[in-house]
Amino acid sequence: MASFGRFIRLALGAWALLLLVSMASASAQQVNPTASSVKEQQLLQELNRIQGRVSIPDQRSGVLEQPQGREWRDFRNVTLRWIGGIAILGMIAAIVIFYLKVGMVRLEAGRSGRTIVRFNAFERFVHWLTATCFIVLAISGLNITFGRPLLLPLIGFEAFSEWSQWAKYAHNYLSFPFTLGVVLIFLMWIGGNIPNKVDIEWARRGGGLIGHDHPPAYRFNGGQKMIYWIVVIGGGLVAASGYALMFPFYGTGIEGMQMAQIVHSIVGVLFVAAMIGHIYIGTIGMEGAFAAMGSGEVDVNWAREHHSLWLDEQMARTGPNDGPRQPAPAAAE
Amino acid sequence: MARMKFLCDADRCIECNACVTACKNEHEVPWGINRRRVVTINDGKPGERSISMACMHCTDAPCAAVCPVNCFYTTADAVVLHSKDLCIGCGYCFYACPFGAPQYPKVGNFGSRGKMDKCTYCAGGPETDGSKEEYEKYGANRLAEGKLPLCAEMCSTKSLLAGDGEIIAQIYKERVMKRGYGSGAWGWKTAYRETIES
Repeated sequence: MASFGRFIRLALGAWALLLLVSMASASAQQVNPTASSVKEQQLLQELNRIQGRVSIPDQRSGVLEQPQGREWRDFRNVTLRWIGGIAILGMIAAIVIFYLKVGMVRLEAGRSGRTIVRFNAFERFVHWLTATCFIVLAISGLNITFGRPLLLPLIGFEAFSEWSQWAKYAHNYLSFPFTLGVVLIFLMWIGGNIPNKVDIEWARRGGGLIGHDHPPAYRFNGGQKMIYWIVVIGGGLVAASGYALMFPFYGTGIEGMQMAQIVHSIVGVLFVAAMIGHIYIGTIGMEGAFAAMGSGEVDVNWAREHHSLWLDEQMARTGPNDGPRQPAPAAAE
Repeated sequence: MARMKFLCDADRCIECNACVTACKNEHEVPWGINRRRVVTINDGKPGERSISMACMHCTDAPCAAVCPVNCFYTTADAVVLHSKDLCIGCGYCFYACPFGAPQYPKVGNFGSRGKMDKCTYCAGGPETDGSKEEYEKYGANRLAEGKLPLCAEMCSTKSLLAGDGEIIAQIYKERVMKRGYGSGAWGWKTAYRETIES
């Protein structure tokens, strides 16, 4: 009997509640049932992105809105083109002016006819592996930023798309040997590229670029050390940011990829500008320099003028009889 | 000509995913790609809200602006479409898109993402309207048949509206007037730089 009484009480209570609810809804026609729900502007102001849950397998699509792509768009279409244009055209202009005013840096003592090994076969292989990859990467990379305004109007949509497709594949796949090259460069030349006091003297004398000055240098002078660190640090940055873009959502979201693209493209265009300078000095900028990476053997006079301390080291190591000529002061006295 | 827009009345969306299913079926969208999805914010908590989202066919579309090969174009109805023949699958549109619309059939395969796919507003692509090639690449072209996007047509609560921006804004305004509340047109400020005053 007690349980029946409890049932009656429960039933009455339920009916009373139902009546109350229906009366409340009838009296309040204009109640906003979602008044406490989130608002778009408020969410955007808080986080600048709106995220939620989705019931489809692709959980990344849970990001509803992320307006910051607009800033990235400005960077990609305006800022980057200015940075890249100024860096690359500025470097080319500087080289042209320098070449017209100063011309090739000549060997003052002429060629001695005797050579000394500067880079062995492995070092040259690594250099040219990295260099050829870099040139393809640079052209295909610049195509992504500058191709649409400069090249597309010339060759048309289909041809430009076809070329860009291949350029993209080249850019993606050559990144692997390029990264290997940067790692090997880092390891095999780190010994000679730690900045030291000699570099301060070298920098104070402007690297001997103006006039006929030849500040002393070991195997790598201040400028070459700069190139080395540009390659190592710049190469490291473009590789890391590039792989973040190549493997989307492995550790980064869209903002992460926007940041990666910004780092990748800025470092990329500055890298290209620096390498244009490097190529100039290694070819038409300095007499006898190309042989270092060409045959691997440089003229002894070239070594004496540009890397006097390194030449002394090499002479001491190979012994006076073996060396082509002893340093002049010692022989004269 | 009309200026086509989407409007999701978030106060009516019940996350039934009919729009998602309708879209996938109508266009035979590849596995893993969802041109439209429903996002639920504060799921299971007080203040929960669901919004159906796809490509919003933005005014001055960011995807079109950043595309390195300029494969996007805007139709006379202001629908933002792209050519899969020109697309190189670089991923730039998907960095720029505020709504996560561009997707790729192959993610993380050494950057070989394949051709980008996104909502076409049921308007196909650059191929001849209603052709087999167009269907295979972009799905059905309902707009050419005088029909509106199927997601909005199938919406079980008439939350998702598609059509000329001014007309659907008017419908939404009337609803808000009648029921006395509204949370605004989600995404409109980002996509069209305007909101519906309510």
